Amino acid sequence: MKGALGRFFLRRLALSLLTLWLLSIVVFLGCQVLPGDPARAILGPLADPRAVAALNQQLGSNRPPVEIYLSWIGGLLTGDMGQSYAYRAPVAPFIGHALVNSLKLAAMVFAIVVPIGIGAGVLAALRAGRPLDRMISVAGLSLTVIPEFVSSIALILVFAVLLRWLPLSASWPAGSGPLVQIQHLILPALPLVIVLFGYIARMTRAGMVEALSADYTRTAVLKGLPWPTVLGRHVLRNALLPTITVIAAQMGYALGGLVVVETLFRYQGIGSLVLGAARAKDFAMLQAGILTVGAFFIATTLVADLLTTLLDPRLRTGGRR
Amino acid sequence: MKHAEIAPPVLELRDVSVSYRVRGRAVPVLNGVSLSLGKGEVYGLVGESGSGKSTVALAVQRVLPPNGHVSGGQALVNGRDVAALDRAALRRMRARDVAMVFQDPGRALNPSLTIGRQVAEVFEILGSPHGEALRRAESMLERVRISAPARVMERYPHQLSGGMQQRVVIAMALAKDPSLLILDEPTTGLDATIEAEILDLVDTLRREFGASILFISHNLGAIAGLCDRVGVLYAGRLVEEGPVRSLFRAPRHPYTAGLLRCLPRPGLRKDLSPLDTIPGFPPAPGSIVAGCVFAPRCGLADDLCRRVDPPLVPTGEGRLSRCHYADRVDRLPHAGGRPAALRNASGEVDAPPVLELDGLSKTYGVAPYAVHALRDVSLRLMPGETLGLVGESGSGKSTLAHALLGLVAPDAGSRMALDGAALAAEVRRRSPEQIKTLQIVFQNPDSALNRSHTVRRLIGRAVTRLGGLAGALREAQVTRLLEAVRLTARQLGARPRQLSGGMKQRVAVARAFAGNPRLVVCDEPTSALDVSVQAAILNLLADLQAERRVAYLLISHDLGVVRYLSDWIAVLYLGRLLEVGPAANVLDGPHHPYTEALLSAAPSVAGERSGRIRLTGAIPSGVNPPAGCLFHTRCPRRIGPICDTEEPPLVADAQGHAIRCHLPREKLGRAPALAPA
Ligand code: SF4
Ligand code: SF4
Repeated sequence: MKGALGRFFLRRLALSLLTLWLLSIVVFLGCQVLPGDPARAILGPLADPRAVAALNQQLGSNRPPVEIYLSWIGGLLTGDMGQSYAYRAPVAPFIGHALVNSLKLAAMVFAIVVPIGIGAGVLAALRAGRPLDRMISVAGLSLTVIPEFVSSIALILVFAVLLRWLPLSASWPAGSGPLVQIQHLILPALPLVIVLFGYIARMTRAGMVEALSADYTRTAVLKGLPWPTVLGRHVLRNALLPTITVIAAQMGYALGGLVVVETLFRYQGIGSLVLGAARAKDFAMLQAGILTVGAFFIATTLVADLLTTLLDPRLRTGGRR
Repeated sequence: MKHAEIAPPVLELRDVSVSYRVRGRAVPVLNGVSLSLGKGEVYGLVGESGSGKSTVALAVQRVLPPNGHVSGGQALVNGRDVAALDRAALRRMRARDVAMVFQDPGRALNPSLTIGRQVAEVFEILGSPHGEALRRAESMLERVRISAPARVMERYPHQLSGGMQQRVVIAMALAKDPSLLILDEPTTGLDATIEAEILDLVDTLRREFGASILFISHNLGAIAGLCDRVGVLYAGRLVEEGPVRSLFRAPRHPYTAGLLRCLPRPGLRKDLSPLDTIPGFPPAPGSIVAGCVFAPRCGLADDLCRRVDPPLVPTGEGRLSRCHYADRVDRLPHAGGRPAALRNASGEVDAPPVLELDGLSKTYGVAPYAVHALRDVSLRLMPGETLGLVGESGSGKSTLAHALLGLVAPDAGSRMALDGAALAAEVRRRSPEQIKTLQIVFQNPDSALNRSHTVRRLIGRAVTRLGGLAGALREAQVTRLLEAVRLTARQLGARPRQLSGGMKQRVAVARAFAGNPRLVVCDEPTSALDVSVQAAILNLLADLQAERRVAYLLISHDLGVVRYLSDWIAVLYLGRLLEVGPAANVLDGPHHPYTEALLSAAPSVAGERSGRIRLTGAIPSGVNPPAGCLFHTRCPRRIGPICDTEEPPLVADAQGHAIRCHLPREKLGRAPALAPA
């Protein structure tokens, strides 16, 4: 059975790598081939043709596309993400820095939303059909549909401008300690918390309701176990399984949602980096940025799948009997 | 307290009524049920679905669903009113005094905890430290006859077979040495031999543990074999109670009598007599019936019955009956619908078989992990006849049906022929004629019927698809089919959820017959139905067969059903045909040791359980089948080394009765002579 599990992992890994490769082609086509003439795109329609030719030469974009693609991929594999046109510097350090920042923000988001979401879901399920349950469900649903920019602005107005509890900017002064960093991160994290809260609460509630009415829970009750033990050992364990998968899968999504938040809060994350690169027609940066986000997304999905398999003995130990 | 020194009954129900709140209305489910269980007694509670029998168990343990509540009366466990217990006392009662085993052990066990953890828990509640709890859990598993308990401790529930899972649940229940054990349909859904094993186990353990048992079941045979006393529930009321032997021999309530007559028992066959049924339906829960609840369905009912609700009165020998005419029950007229048209047996001998299987094999996977689901099975089936297929799980009977239906492709070299023409492995490559010719009726009509369609649409679509009819012709055919399955035009507009289980199965049968099939595969057609409904469906199948000369391939774990409908019986074990022959020859013997064991495992109401042949050991896995005779690991009659090394051939006699065993025929078992009815 161990072998089967290993094979499953390997297959999923191979599939992920394949997806990543396909993504790299799509990104490449989008950034290099479609604009046609990158130098012209960068310099604008009125530029001197000689300047365009010179830039194309410099960018290497007058080579055949296959060659460009191969050299790009070759570079990526050796850790070279190319040169940024806008910054006239290698792309990789920018991406690395932005990714770390975004991950900090994402970590903040999850640190807040996971306990609250799961807690609310559990509470709602325990009071299923009662007012508290309805309140949580309605709150979750209505919060989910608020666009990030609306909630962001509202939050900025309330917490940063009116109450002045939290700093307005997400960027902390250089050299700040972790506590200050966290303080700066709370406000930008909240809009995403709001979006994800309903989702996680709903998943948790559904899992809980199912587990609470399951026969094995009745068995546990009839064993005479105290209610907290029934809940902790028998109900939660089974109820949270789907939720954990959802949370892991949402990680990737959150990274996408960061674009809006990072821009609004002027936070140097991968989202704002990609956006800036697109504006500046900095193709090398854009390509590398999108691919990074994509790779992250694929990786979280993979982790989500593996987690589910590892946590569920039915999947972990293979088929029946 | 005068009687302080006399121990109170282990369980006593005093006039217990339970109602469920459905759409704001209180719907009574149990109506003034009283019964009591002495120490060490086994009490059987019989009833069909909707009778309220499971509600009894839930009420005793105070685990009614949120919309249910005890609206009257008291349930006392060891003399203490369950309703009056506070939270801690209730938990103590559950932890020490009362244990419960439900249907479907697969769901009663927590899928994400190991077996060891779940069993040990029971001891931990009783105060054992973790290590000791684990040790005691292991020895408990041993007591429910689980071999290699240490290994099982580390397993998760899904890694065990259904029979094993139920043993674990029973181990958990008995671990606390309860004074009351409630078994609610503990063997429903298990194989016949596994069911027999579990019942045997309960029978032995009851002596070892001395717990009183409340055994709730719809299976009259199981009750007969295990219980001392039995109570019959109908529409939430106890209608009869008494010692099991005398009650089943001479019922004093028309409902009990009706139930017993519904059973397809030895000596009844489709071509001799139709089964009795109980006409009509139980009253809808909550409907108010003046007079006797059973009156609308009772063959003895008269004016008095319709006016005055009879009380539960003693009728002697410790028996109670809720009937004005308890003494007339033996004169209850038979109710069986029309007698089945006698089959015309002549002239069919030369007809070509409707189905021929030749060397049918199916192997899953590749060596060394290959599972031989079917090994070289050859069978034939004549028009208008029924071939009953019996065997435990893993015997290959479902695989055979699936191969016929084109759901699995048999191995190369297998041949299937329908009406003399080769039958392709894939449905796509079958002719429309063949698809029409070969139909199926499933065990669970729910999954086969689209829930959002009306009966008219469900049958109509089948008529169009299989009969190619449209417009008025289609309507006419729908009406004809509806009549054929004894449904009325009133049901045409109904959707599946508005129909009872029996009606749904009738709709499923009507659909199968839409294109005038020549062969219908009946896959456990009545397993999901109550006995009285089962009888009606069996009669229907027999009538349709007589009218239309359709052949059936009948798969059923219920030997009574097989016996009633089959002309031929084939016995499969690990994919191998062990015996095949005319039904009477196979049933009466001489029969294969495996058939003999299957037959004796089947519970019967007349049942002495002592004379049973018990199969020991688990069904071997298909991956690693035993060498020699496939059955030798469990065979009670194993001759010697030859059985372990050499597989016996399938040898037929002049009547086409073939047996695969080294024992000579005269040494093989026979059915005991039938006691005169
Ligand atoms: S009281 Fe009358 S209707 Fe009721 S069971 Fe007896 S005979 Fe039948
Ligand atoms: S061949 Fe031997 S083991 Fe097999 S059924 Fe006959 S007696 Fe039993």
